[in-house]
Amino acid sequence: MKYVILMQVDPAVLEQLTPEQQQVIGEGHSAFIAATKESGEFVATQALGDPSRSKVVRAGGDRPEVTDGPFVEAKEFMGGFYLLDVEDEARAVELATQIPDARIPGLALEVRPVVFADLGDG
Amino acid sequence: MSARTGVDEGLWRELAPQTLGRLLRTYGSAQFDVCEDAVQDALLDAHRQWATRPPDDPQAWLTATARRRYVDRVRSDVRRRDREDRVARLDAPLAGKAARGDDALLLLQLCCHPDLPRSAQVALTLRAVAGLTTAQIANAYQLPETTIAQRITRAKRRLADDGSGFPRPEHTGERLGPVLDVLYVMLTEAHHTTSGAPARDADLAAEAIHLARLLRQASPQSTEVAGLLALMLLTEARHPARVGPLDRLVPLDEQDRTRWDRALVDEGLALLDAVVPGASPGPYLLQACIAGVHARATDTASTDWAEIQVLYALLERATGGRNPTISLNRIVAQAMNTGPEAVLASLDALAAAHPRLPRVDAVRAHLLERAGRTAEAASAYRRAIAATVNVAEQRHLRERLRRLGDG
Repeated sequence: MKYVILMQVDPAVLEQLTPEQQQVIGEGHSAFIAATKESGEFVATQALGDPSRSKVVRAGGDRPEVTDGPFVEAKEFMGGFYLLDVEDEARAVELATQIPDARIPGLALEVRPVVFADLGDG
Repeated sequence: MSARTGVDEGLWRELAPQTLGRLLRTYGSAQFDVCEDAVQDALLDAHRQWATRPPDDPQAWLTATARRRYVDRVRSDVRRRDREDRVARLDAPLAGKAARGDDALLLLQLCCHPDLPRSAQVALTLRAVAGLTTAQIANAYQLPETTIAQRITRAKRRLADDGSGFPRPEHTGERLGPVLDVLYVMLTEAHHTTSGAPARDADLAAEAIHLARLLRQASPQSTEVAGLLALMLLTEARHPARVGPLDRLVPLDEQDRTRWDRALVDEGLALLDAVVPGASPGPYLLQACIAGVHARATDTASTDWAEIQVLYALLERATGGRNPTISLNRIVAQAMNTGPEAVLASLDALAAAHPRLPRVDAVRAHLLERAGRTAEAASAYRRAIAATVNVAEQRHLRERLRRLGDG
């Protein structure tokens, strides 16, 4: 059963992290990746660039319109995700609690089931 | 390759796990990797030599060759620190003569070791018993090859660390449970790939049935094995009628049963007819009997729903009432006998006890629709669409919701 763990980040919170906290988060993610790879549950992870680099494409008059900036004005953004293949939802949630972001006030993780997947041929 | 060697694909698939099973029984499950490589070597030798010199007894030839290849591999493996130990084990006598098919069964049991997580049991079984490559397994589950490879490696390491070693023939009965479960998971995943449309993986279904046949050969006296194989055949038989245009899922009551695979239906029913159930039939036999009742009917109206309701009640008891999906199916059968209104209260009670039970909203929507309570049916369909993680099922539910609006 595949689940995506979305990492909700708040740039204001990230800016105020101490170097020690940043290091803990970095090491925590490395350890998380290593542990889920070892257990055969890891599928993929991606970290996304700052929302200021987003382009939004949406239906316009004759053709799709492209604008700068994030899709909606919001304090929190999706910072990246983990794609995991686990036994059930309980395990996905258990893994989400092991991600260092879960210990930083102002950051959050969202666990959602995958309904369709095509990972290509390789 | 088959034409060149004169050996058909079915025989290869029977010989390979049998040979691996024999090697593992001799050298121990801690040597899983080396044994597997040795069997691969022997299969290559067979491909090269059997075309010109076919053996009298292919199994004996393969086993002898694989043993030689194992010895070669261990001797040349100078880097391993435990080399001496393994060389000492090379001359270990066979643990006893086993009947044909037994070693493949023991291998299956080893792969379905109860200490392994289900996903690892399935991956290892597909790799070692069914002979699928890591890439094929990864493709079937839409996972990266590295994920599957890691699961297999980890599973082998767990087996190597486990002191109990290779299962012994006299323990066949005890360890059969997890094997049946793994094959059943393989079949249900093949028919209901949660990762998305299309709602069936042909390779996975074929492998599951192949392994169930192997199991049936090895334990012909087990009614649960017969039940599992019959259940698989009757499920697979429905496939041509189950997926409609554009990968749309066609539910049982709307299926054109003339499109069911008649040969598979007949084989499944014949298996059931041949079974003499004991005092308390097991869960797989009961599920197969339910599929059998459907297979004997020409459509929903002529189905013996009273029989199905009784079978589901027996199944509830056989599984200790621990599986709410069975209770849900019993309620569906009951509704066919008593009408939808009479079961809505039991459905609500079940849903209250199991808030995350899949398909409850779909069943409720269907019952409300049949009861003519259209508005309530529509909102139940919407909840069901949000709750399902199967794309084909979502499409089906949207279609039902749309038709509800039209009617």
